[in-house]
Amino acid sequence: MHEIVVISGKGGTGKTSLTAAFAHLASNHIICDLDVDAPDLHLLLDPAIETEEDFVSGHHAVVNPETCTACGLCLDFCRFQAVKIDGPAATVDPLLCEGCMVCVHFCPAQAIDFPENHAGRFYLSRTRFGPMVHARLFPGQENSGRLVDLLRRRAKALAREQGKSLILCDGAPGLGCPVISSLSGVDLAVAVTEPTPSGAHDLARIVELCRHFRVGVGVIVNKYDLNLEQTGRIEEYCRLQGLPVFARLPHDVAMTQAMVQRRTITEFRNGGLSESVRQAWSNIENSAFCGDKKHQSAARRK
Amino acid sequence: MRIAIASGKGGTGKTLVTASLAKVWDRPVTAVDLDVEEPNLHLFLRPEIERCEETRIEVPVVDETRCTHCRACAEICQFKAISDLGSVLLTFPEMCHGCGGCLAVCPEKALSPSSRLLGEICFGRADAVRFLMGRLRVGEAMSPPLIRAVKRAGDGLLLAAGPADVLFDSPPGVSCPAVNAVMGCDAAVLVTEPTPFGFHDLKLAVEAFTPLGRPLGVVINKVGLGDRDVFDFAAARGLPVLAEIPYDRRIAEAYSQGKIAAEALPEMRTLFQALALRIQDLARTAPEETCRA
Repeated sequence: MHEIVVISGKGGTGKTSLTAAFAHLASNHIICDLDVDAPDLHLLLDPAIETEEDFVSGHHAVVNPETCTACGLCLDFCRFQAVKIDGPAATVDPLLCEGCMVCVHFCPAQAIDFPENHAGRFYLSRTRFGPMVHARLFPGQENSGRLVDLLRRRAKALAREQGKSLILCDGAPGLGCPVISSLSGVDLAVAVTEPTPSGAHDLARIVELCRHFRVGVGVIVNKYDLNLEQTGRIEEYCRLQGLPVFARLPHDVAMTQAMVQRRTITEFRNGGLSESVRQAWSNIENSAFCGDKKHQSAARRK
Repeated sequence: MRIAIASGKGGTGKTLVTASLAKVWDRPVTAVDLDVEEPNLHLFLRPEIERCEETRIEVPVVDETRCTHCRACAEICQFKAISDLGSVLLTFPEMCHGCGGCLAVCPEKALSPSSRLLGEICFGRADAVRFLMGRLRVGEAMSPPLIRAVKRAGDGLLLAAGPADVLFDSPPGVSCPAVNAVMGCDAAVLVTEPTPFGFHDLKLAVEAFTPLGRPLGVVINKVGLGDRDVFDFAAARGLPVLAEIPYDRRIAEAYSQGKIAAEALPEMRTLFQALALRIQDLARTAPEETCRA
């Protein structure tokens, strides 16, 4: 069983659009949306939810105004500026509360409750391309890697149950906790970049992160024709770093037109971009990281 | 005034907008890059960096000679950053949130404060624009502590160097990092694009930032692409559309060359000058006049 995650560093390079297309082209796979902060893959894959569960993660402090004596000890202890005392009782700002329990522990009146945090929902669904595991983190929540870990575990369990040989993940932008959680133990990270200073800068950082966690990484240069010089520089960087370039994809409004139709680019139109995406997927499957050919799709025959 | 330039979706044009605004802003201004995971603002403003400072977070270190393995620290820790194995107390500094709970609860003074590197904060100038950025150490999982440290450094700068408006280039998304960036600002400008992803994430952004109680405005970028859902949504919610940036390959090409839109194209300069004034008006709006959430 292989696990591939599509990442970028910079947002907006085309991770989700490409993951959706790969989900179309791949076979015997589970699809996983690990971009739990602002997930979009479901907009193209139209999942029919089969099971859903609450995602509960951590706790937050809530002061009981009846028992609070406004002694101010919680204010002294809190390192996150979450506590305010205006009036007869202390209050904790849920947006700032880190859930560390220190105020709860030290309150002399034991006036602080510590309820669990209902932080989101996660789903197991059916799509036209196969099973999908995805989630939604409620806005403002801590985007720790816990939900990402949970989704990956569920995807692996499902893959084992159903004899699937590939888990294909849409990753998050950036390189913080959720991205780190999506990389550990993965077979291949596909980094989608664009030929801009931001794209290049952020690619270097995400490659460094992959190296840090010993994850193999290959690159797709999206919208390459916006700046051939930058594309050349990125490809040279990849060559020097020993990173495979799976494709250079042309900038094409068809990508957005497909999105508006809620279709993947490979379903929408058989033009140059679609062909390049098919070739990209073929290159990914054939890459050294995915030596096991069992799950190779019939992309060329589709 | 403090203005956050945020979004739900990544890649909508936050940095493009922030860089252009900084160049046309008609009052003293500081540009702050809070997208500490992938800061890009410096690539466009090209500030002269005056100094960089390391930012660290407090983590505990164990004196085994004093530890009695009472487990009080392991019991209070909510983050699995400290673990008692019977004969040895293990800390996992990468997991530590710096809450100080274990240090406060230890009856034997067996824990003392050490630190972990979060990243760095850099200070500089790009002509008249003061500049500040945070850059997370690659491998560091937590961006909110660094985001908060950058904002504190910004406050320090305002005290030392005199008042100025602050433009915060925020991280994408609607979870903790983005909320930490936007909170405490006088207004938030949500940069979106008229596509299904842009629309979906704009709705999430409005849900996330409305509770902060400050006026929200929208900038729609790449107009001409996609569909009208974002426009209809803004109208229905009474969200002011502060600017519409056309979908124009010249803008994308200028961006790809590291150029600031307001400097590369004269019509963009005019657009951003008008946007700056509308943002300033928005920031002066009283909270009760903000959009119907």
